[in-house]
Amino acid sequence: MLRVENLRKVYQEGTKRAFEAVADLSFTVKERELVCIVGPSGAGKTTLLKMIAGLLPPSAGAVYLDDEKVTGPPEKMALVFQDYSRSLYPWMTVEQNVAFPLKHRKLGKVETTELVRDTLQSVGLAGAWSKYPWQLSGGMQQRVAIARALAYQPEILLMDEPFASVDAQTRADLEDLVLQLRARYGVTVVFVTHDIDESVYLSDRVVVLSPSPTRVQEIVDVPLPRPRDQVETKELPEFAQLRAYVWRSIKRPETSEVPA
Amino acid sequence: MTRSSRHASSHDTSPPGDGPAAGAAAPPRPETDDKGADAWAPGSPVTGLPDGSGSGGRRSGWWLPLLGIAAAILIFEVLPRIGLVDRRFLPPASEMFGALFRMVLDGSLWEPVLQTLQGWALGLGTALLIALPLGILIGSLFLLFMSTRTIVEFLRPVPSVALIPLAVLVFGAGLESKWFLAAFAATWPILLQTLYGVRDVDPVALETARSFGIRTPERLWRVVLPSASPYILTGVRISSAVALILSVTAELVLGAPGLGQQINIARQSGAVADMYALIIVTGLIGWGLNILLSIAERRLLHWHASQRERNR
Amino acid sequence: MRENSRPIRVLGVGLEIAVPIALLALWALTSAGSTSFYFPPLLDIFRAFGDTWLFERVSTDVLPSLARLFTGYAIAVVAAVVIGVALGSSRTLGRMVDPVVQFLRAVPPPVLIPAGILVLGVGSGMKVALIAFVCFWPVLLNAIDGVASVDPALRETARSFQIPARERLFRVVLPSAAPQIFAGARVSLSLAVIMMVVSEMVASTNGIGYFVLQSQRTYAIAAMWSGIFLLAILGYVLNALFLLVERRVLRWHRGARAGAG
Repeated sequence: MLRVENLRKVYQEGTKRAFEAVADLSFTVKERELVCIVGPSGAGKTTLLKMIAGLLPPSAGAVYLDDEKVTGPPEKMALVFQDYSRSLYPWMTVEQNVAFPLKHRKLGKVETTELVRDTLQSVGLAGAWSKYPWQLSGGMQQRVAIARALAYQPEILLMDEPFASVDAQTRADLEDLVLQLRARYGVTVVFVTHDIDESVYLSDRVVVLSPSPTRVQEIVDVPLPRPRDQVETKELPEFAQLRAYVWRSIKRPETSEVPA
Repeated sequence: MTRSSRHASSHDTSPPGDGPAAGAAAPPRPETDDKGADAWAPGSPVTGLPDGSGSGGRRSGWWLPLLGIAAAILIFEVLPRIGLVDRRFLPPASEMFGALFRMVLDGSLWEPVLQTLQGWALGLGTALLIALPLGILIGSLFLLFMSTRTIVEFLRPVPSVALIPLAVLVFGAGLESKWFLAAFAATWPILLQTLYGVRDVDPVALETARSFGIRTPERLWRVVLPSASPYILTGVRISSAVALILSVTAELVLGAPGLGQQINIARQSGAVADMYALIIVTGLIGWGLNILLSIAERRLLHWHASQRERNR
Repeated sequence: MRENSRPIRVLGVGLEIAVPIALLALWALTSAGSTSFYFPPLLDIFRAFGDTWLFERVSTDVLPSLARLFTGYAIAVVAAVVIGVALGSSRTLGRMVDPVVQFLRAVPPPVLIPAGILVLGVGSGMKVALIAFVCFWPVLLNAIDGVASVDPALRETARSFQIPARERLFRVVLPSAAPQIFAGARVSLSLAVIMMVVSEMVASTNGIGYFVLQSQRTYAIAAMWSGIFLLAILGYVLNALFLLVERRVLRWHRGARAGAG
């Protein structure tokens, strides 16, 4: 469904301060897959995500969504940023925030309300309808952002380190929430994170990036059984192996041994 | 950089939603938001560029502001000449600047400038002498704050120009009136800003000092005042603008010696270009004073978090 | 701090109410037998206030003053927001316009009155035009800056959700810039009052400002004081109204700042 081909991004190209953030990235994401993108700090993860989302034009290469080239924010895609306090609108209530992208979809008032209600319920925020985002905790705000993305009914969901600003326990809850929602709505997910445990826990495949100028270091299959569980899955020896593998892959730019 | 720090640009020590005062509706807050102060007394230029880049934007297109100024002057040159505005009442810019240079060269400009500045300085100085200590006092003593709250909030929006007739009655039409009016008007911004600045001092900072055994006078000097200084300096900037306005207005309405009076005389005697030249001079003085104060503010607050951001 | 103890807080609120009343009473008492020319007894002033402003001179002086004020102010704010949004969206235009706006903003507003008299005469039109001119710049400055400083994350979010440009303007850009626009509008309000009063003192045959100066010239001192009181009340009421509106419209802003702080 999503094809990234030889993406390259140079900031301030042609000037003395040109900075090649992304050198050459290629990978694909299949329908209904959950792919995590990990890499060391400064590896251009956010740059990559913005290019996929059509918010940043690449210097070379292209992104194809369902074989259509991405030149601007594609309609079938929804984004969840890391900094929820900067992406939720403080002058709108939770309900208005979630309903905002639905306005131009011409769904009719009743349908929209129901959709919003459903989505809020599935993220566990049924009661926060008329609250303002800043009245909620960080974890709840991030749920609102997720709800907003879901209500939009995208085919593919991009998440840029969405749980980085949240405490560990809330993060575990939110990770499980993403898994539930994916199972329920069948949406494809591209999830950027720097948390290796999280990447292995959530994904079907992990794309490991090298430091800048960024390339695909390698792509790791994660054949752990589903449904995943915070305790049981993480007790499996395979989990530890995969986790270690990914870790080494990030820390040392040469390829490591493929696990048995 | 979070959004909240962007709004309170210069002042990370922005007050919390509702004042620390208990119970009853908090009084209207003064312009502790730097953007409010910038609207009163423009300091640094607008640097809020859409892509957020500071130095990058400033280096490219440095000629843009100059182009803007040139365009404005051009408009004022062309409009009267093509007859869109009557040139007897709005002469072309070249005539205005010609009159300006003439007045500079023949020395007739300096006396009124100094007279106006004298009113400004006396007003601002008096205001500082009165409002700073008073503000510190009121801000530090809760009961005093509560006692004076209503009075201050009521007197604060009084337009000082309303007192012009009173001033001329009591002080005549000379320097004393100017001084009184400018001082009265300039007292309020400094008083309010100082007051709230002192009240908003981080209690943790104070308690730290107290736990180290630092006594009250030194705490005042080394913790309270520095902490409140962004507020206070904003107040000084606003007060400066206000003192200038009142000084010039007194000259205009009462005929006290100074630029305002000269402007009136120029109009009445038909020296139209001279009148505009004097108006431009007054604007330059106002603008120049703001720039000076902004620079002073930046120097004095170089340690403050917001300044560090700005200078990146 | 010690002020958080309940008895002190109660005492504080009590003082807040009692002290102003006490001071007013003190003023009334000490001035009661006053023979001072400049400071007549407070009660005389109250009497003059009642005679003049309730409601004899309302239509001849108060209404014209207020009409000029509101008209000029409204024109300025609307124009400044519209133009400010346009300029703030273009970095180039914003930077071009900046020094000119800063300069015009720094001119002490009353000195423009003689120019105004020359170009526009001494009628209400001149006053409205001057008030509008003077009130325009602070709001413009803040509108430009407010629009230019809209958090890019908010814009990007809207773009990625396919929100059309027009809706982005009204539901993202304007609300985001609103706090700053209000700050500018508040300053403009004070300037509007100043300009209203001074322009009436210098070039008018009616209005509150005119009345106060005229009373002084004819030595109707109590009447003059009553006019000053009225202007004080006017200033207070306008400010209070403004804050009421601001608090309502920007309800979310105070909460958001407290939350993020």
